[in-house]
Amino acid sequence: MTLVGERAPRFELPDTEGRIQELEPAPLTVVVFTCNHCPYALAWHERLMAVAREYAELGVRMLAINPNDAERYPRDSEVQMKARVQAGDFDGVPYLRDASQEVARSYDARTTPDVFVIDGQGTVRYRGAPDRDYEDPAANAQWLRSALDALLEGEDPDPRETEPVGCTIKWKP
Amino acid sequence: MRVELLFWAGCPSYGKALRELQQVLRESGHDPRTVIVREITTDDAAASEGFVGSPTIRIDGADVQPLANEPTGLTCRVYRRRDGRISPTPDPEDLREAMLAASSQRPSGGRTRTAARAR
Repeated sequence: MTLVGERAPRFELPDTEGRIQELEPAPLTVVVFTCNHCPYALAWHERLMAVAREYAELGVRMLAINPNDAERYPRDSEVQMKARVQAGDFDGVPYLRDASQEVARSYDARTTPDVFVIDGQGTVRYRGAPDRDYEDPAANAQWLRSALDALLEGEDPDPRETEPVGCTIKWKP
Repeated sequence: MRVELLFWAGCPSYGKALRELQQVLRESGHDPRTVIVREITTDDAAASEGFVGSPTIRIDGADVQPLANEPTGLTCRVYRRRDGRISPTPDPEDLREAMLAASSQRPSGGRTRTAARAR
């Protein structure tokens, strides 16, 4: 399962305004595979957005990617993605469409959500769930925060990998 | 009382939903082994069952959190707990209420005795 310690696959994907966003050099980048229809992704969403807000000034960039098959799951359509962005759900975090699902496959993403932290050299340093319990807001994306804190201090995350929890990615037939 | 849990294996919440449902049954004096568990595996089956997402819990045929105009399909269902949190499983309090409502409509309370699992 792990990509931890390996180079993060590069990508270019459109956001909900049609702008191309890419994995570009940043001190730290958080790539979150997520979607509109999954209760796990929705339950963790606010915690992830809080991380994006609080760590932005430390040079952490977050990109959200929806890889689901929107034909079979219309709630994950571009129109529905745009509606959430316009409603303020993403708080400035680009919400990208992986229509071909190639990016999700290159990351071996399994669920929504599935979180990857990538360092300034383009190496994956954390992968997994945001925290131990989607049902407990007090868990506060602690695994992700801990990984970011460690990396910002020049240390290795501990844990550096956890089991992603959520809905399976809806692959195209 | 006929208690059914319909699930799709692509959504990992059915185990928790079953445990919580059985706990509510136990607390209300019903046999938790009577839950009829059925797996939905195809879009066609979802359509014919009126399955709008996993898990779906029905008591005497009535959904514990009915949804209007929801398309059927193999997907995870979004519930909202009573404190407002989004959850993959229904609030146990909603299960209790649904059970009470079903019991009140039965002259004898309608306790069931058999355990079943079907796919």
